Amino acid sequence: MATQHSRSAARLMMAPAVVLLLGWMLVPLTMTLWFSFRKYLPLRGGDLGWVGFDNYVRFVSSSSFWPSVQTTLVIVGGVLAITIVFGVLLALLLDQPMWGQGMVRILVIAPFFVMPTVSALVWKNMFMDSSNGLFAHLWRAFGAAPVEWLSQASLPSLILIVSWQWLPFATLILLTAVQSLDGEQLEASEMDGANPLQRFGYIILPHLSRAITIVVLIQTIFLLSIFAEIFVTTGGAFGTRTLTYLIFQRVLESQNVGLGSAGGIYAVILANIVAIFLMRIVGKNLDA
Amino acid sequence: MARAVTNKRKTINTIAAWAIGLLIFFPILWTILTSFKTEATAIAYPPKFLFFDWTLENYSVVQERSNYGRFLWNSIIIAGGSTLLGILVAVPAAWSMAFVPSKRTKDILLWMLSTKMLPAVGVLYPIYLLFIQLGLLDTRTGLVVVLMLINLPIIVWMLYTYFREIPGEILEAARMDGASLKSEILYVLTPMAIPGIASTILLNFILAWNEAFWTLNLTAAKAAPLTAFIASYSSPEGLFFAKLSAASTMAILPILILGWFSQKQLVRGLTFGAVK
Repeated sequence: MATQHSRSAARLMMAPAVVLLLGWMLVPLTMTLWFSFRKYLPLRGGDLGWVGFDNYVRFVSSSSFWPSVQTTLVIVGGVLAITIVFGVLLALLLDQPMWGQGMVRILVIAPFFVMPTVSALVWKNMFMDSSNGLFAHLWRAFGAAPVEWLSQASLPSLILIVSWQWLPFATLILLTAVQSLDGEQLEASEMDGANPLQRFGYIILPHLSRAITIVVLIQTIFLLSIFAEIFVTTGGAFGTRTLTYLIFQRVLESQNVGLGSAGGIYAVILANIVAIFLMRIVGKNLDA
Repeated sequence: MARAVTNKRKTINTIAAWAIGLLIFFPILWTILTSFKTEATAIAYPPKFLFFDWTLENYSVVQERSNYGRFLWNSIIIAGGSTLLGILVAVPAAWSMAFVPSKRTKDILLWMLSTKMLPAVGVLYPIYLLFIQLGLLDTRTGLVVVLMLINLPIIVWMLYTYFREIPGEILEAARMDGASLKSEILYVLTPMAIPGIASTILLNFILAWNEAFWTLNLTAAKAAPLTAFIASYSSPEGLFFAKLSAASTMAILPILILGWFSQKQLVRGLTFGAVK
């Protein structure tokens, strides 16, 4: 069906998207790379010349670098674990016959549409506030002292907020996969005396593996760069500074573009390591 | 007998699912309820759920304090504009990839998705500088362009998935019947492509509406959308629960309603059709 003529037409139709994305990738990235080798302080003298790998060395040897990488991985890993485990359970529950299934589904997926800035603010003030938040009320009702959630348990709090936003997504995708389960196969295994745990492990979980892969891929893309949630809750304090946030602080708050740019290149490298790993999986799934 | 067991199980399922559903939805419900309370009621202990004097005062205060209308309008223009522009660029690309695939189509698709992994913060300052040079800082045009670019990979992927599901045989059959190119596009392809395009538009609009990193960093006063409007309530002087709730409700309600209507399309779109 594809003639020479239609091939060149196709190339022409693809051109705008390809050119735009190529520009979007190359232009700022080249600039970042350039800045990363320079001492560049916009408010204190501007571009002060070439410094070689100084920025790179300084960024890595700064005491906040490794903790920020660790924080990033803990948040991504924590949210992935929570959303997938609870997503699978919730998907299995929502697949069961019940009254008002459509309404429940709407309740469950709602957080996905809530603006990250809103969800972070609502959780921070109305739930985690240590004097008037609902959690404080609840703790007091049981005679316990209220907890300063975002400073005393900052990472778990942040993971809770982000998981709340992403659980609907995981549930929705996994539910779609659960619905395509072969009911006869399940029944047959039940007749053969497989207990629920065995059925889950040998039939349901393998069937969901592809959906889980997709959830991991999409969530990782978005979670590696979470920003708003940290911006409006802790502002990077109390050990919640991710790599993204650390770079943001270097560039915008301390106005050290050279140093921040070197950090940006590290972030690109980290993202690419994750990306190569993820792309392999997606590439495989794309063929099937 | 069997029926009674089924009903019993159904009841248990229903109770469990509703309990969990309400638990997950609770923060949103609580926010909406609080937005109708006075500040004193909002922090009352024990908390009041439904039996309080409902008031609309917070909404008018929020509107007066920060001109909600302008932020809303910016959000609509930015999310709408970037979606429209993205669709215009993505439809031809996805179309040709789906109908005239080459050996490199898959590579191009994967490469496009990989640009999504480019950490925004790593390229923030260059974009910032370019924006100053081009006079795009704190303009809606600037944000339309940036949000179009960051969502373009997703749009292309979604459209590609939808278009690939249009069977090629139908086209060939139409050609055999002597359909002209015009009627082929108008009467055969368009009706089949429109649902896919519509859900892509919907999802992209939602993503652009909620995007916070670029909108917070590239706008100040003029072009700031609702993400920035709500972030202004994170300052200590804005810590009034009822007003914060009213502002939050105003920011999320339009997109929440849109999202509920589009939930079915969401799954297919978001997974690129990989999960059925």
